Amino acid sequence: MDWGALHTILGGVNKHSTSIGKIWLTVLFIFRIMILVVAAERVWGDEQDDFVCNTLQPGCKNVCYDHFFPISHIRLWALQLIFVSTPALLVAMHVAYRRHEKKRQFRKGDQKCEYKDIEEIRKQRFHIEGALWWTYTSSIFFRLVFEAVFMYAFYFMYDGFRMPRLMKCNAWPCPNTVDCFVSRPTEKTVFTIFMIAVSSICILLNVAELCYLLTKFFLRRSKKAGNPKHHPNHENKEETKQNEMNELISDSCQNTVIGFSS
Amino acid sequence: MSWGFLRDLLTGVNKYSTGIGRIWVAVVFIFRLLVYIAVAENIWKYELDEFECNVKQPGCENVCFDHFFPVSHIRLWALQLIMVSTPSLLVVFHVAYRENREKHHNQKLYKSLGEIDGGLLCTYLISLVLKAGFEIVFLFLFYKLYNGFKVPRLVKCDIRPCPNTVDCYISKPTEKMIFIYFLVATSGLCIVLNLSELSYLIFKYSIKCYLKNYVKKHQ
Repeated sequence: MDWGALHTILGGVNKHSTSIGKIWLTVLFIFRIMILVVAAERVWGDEQDDFVCNTLQPGCKNVCYDHFFPISHIRLWALQLIFVSTPALLVAMHVAYRRHEKKRQFRKGDQKCEYKDIEEIRKQRFHIEGALWWTYTSSIFFRLVFEAVFMYAFYFMYDGFRMPRLMKCNAWPCPNTVDCFVSRPTEKTVFTIFMIAVSSICILLNVAELCYLLTKFFLRRSKKAGNPKHHPNHENKEETKQNEMNELISDSCQNTVIGFSS
Repeated sequence: MSWGFLRDLLTGVNKYSTGIGRIWVAVVFIFRLLVYIAVAENIWKYELDEFECNVKQPGCENVCFDHFFPVSHIRLWALQLIMVSTPSLLVVFHVAYRENREKHHNQKLYKSLGEIDGGLLCTYLISLVLKAGFEIVFLFLFYKLYNGFKVPRLVKCDIRPCPNTVDCYISKPTEKMIFIYFLVATSGLCIVLNLSELSYLIFKYSIKCYLKNYVKKHQ
């Protein structure tokens, strides 16, 4: 049980996402979760052991460390990743609910149901329209909010994104003011800036996806208002083809990710 | 044998749950199990090494640590996760029992194996009560063992062999406190979900029963 499990859960949502959503998921897994697990955890691994204060007073190091790092960078990032991934579950639950309803209809032998068997319902891909559009858009909105909140919390807690080499501490029981030295400050600064940059890219992708969905929504509405008798079949065939291509691209990306994480 | 087993168990349980039950499984998976493994375990990893007392007396640190942390927060958290997930096994066993019965009699005895009615409803309700019960017991244990959910920076210790009273400093107290509050919040959320599911099922089946009796009376 680890980040791989999260990948399995979110991978299911990938099928029903837009292209930008798929790019976002790839960026999340490769540039954030993988970097966190493979690199950042090693850099922050020895943080308290190698946090050294210029004093022999027992307890001073513990207290100073706790004062300057109320919650470690690595833990904040892990929480951020978990919270940011969770809204996608709303979409997964909505899709599961729709599938459940369709299965119920199929079992009752409803004439309106156009599926040949249960397997087809299970494999079917839902288009982002109607209630699913609202769920999907809310999930993107929540993602944006969580990203922004965590970035602000980071900035607020650590007074910016730089990791200083030296911190001056005078918390009790340290005698007077004591110099404390952080381990690997430059490496930590580099990774901090990297993670912040990728978070910003993810925020941009989410904003772009939101604009795309809103544009699509308003275009669809104006089309419906202008042309009440449009033919859904032609649109669906073209869309399905494009979606299949997107799926192929994203599946090949996912296979690369799975290869890395295993 | 590790947390993967619990994950598989919960995935299996998901099949026979109501909608609220599935939300509960998602909350336990993501906000409790994943946070525990990916985040919390590392905070408490070196708690004994980093526990420092202002004394050179050998054995004093060990004795003080043992006195203030009879069972570490992280172990209690793990036990809580295991105990809270286990009542769901009752439901899985009951469904397996139903399957066996059908195989044994070679005929279809139940409308649907996973349908929550009759005996399976009772089992499901018992499992919900047990889950909520375990959550409350563990929260109470946490509260009682550590005098609240706060983690102090400094504890004063005067147990033999420590000479007189000695200052002992706990490592990362703020971070530990944040995650303990997180644990309490998610436990609270799970208790609320379990109780809502319980009320929902009792309400749904009372209405069903009442309607059945009403239809029977008027036939």
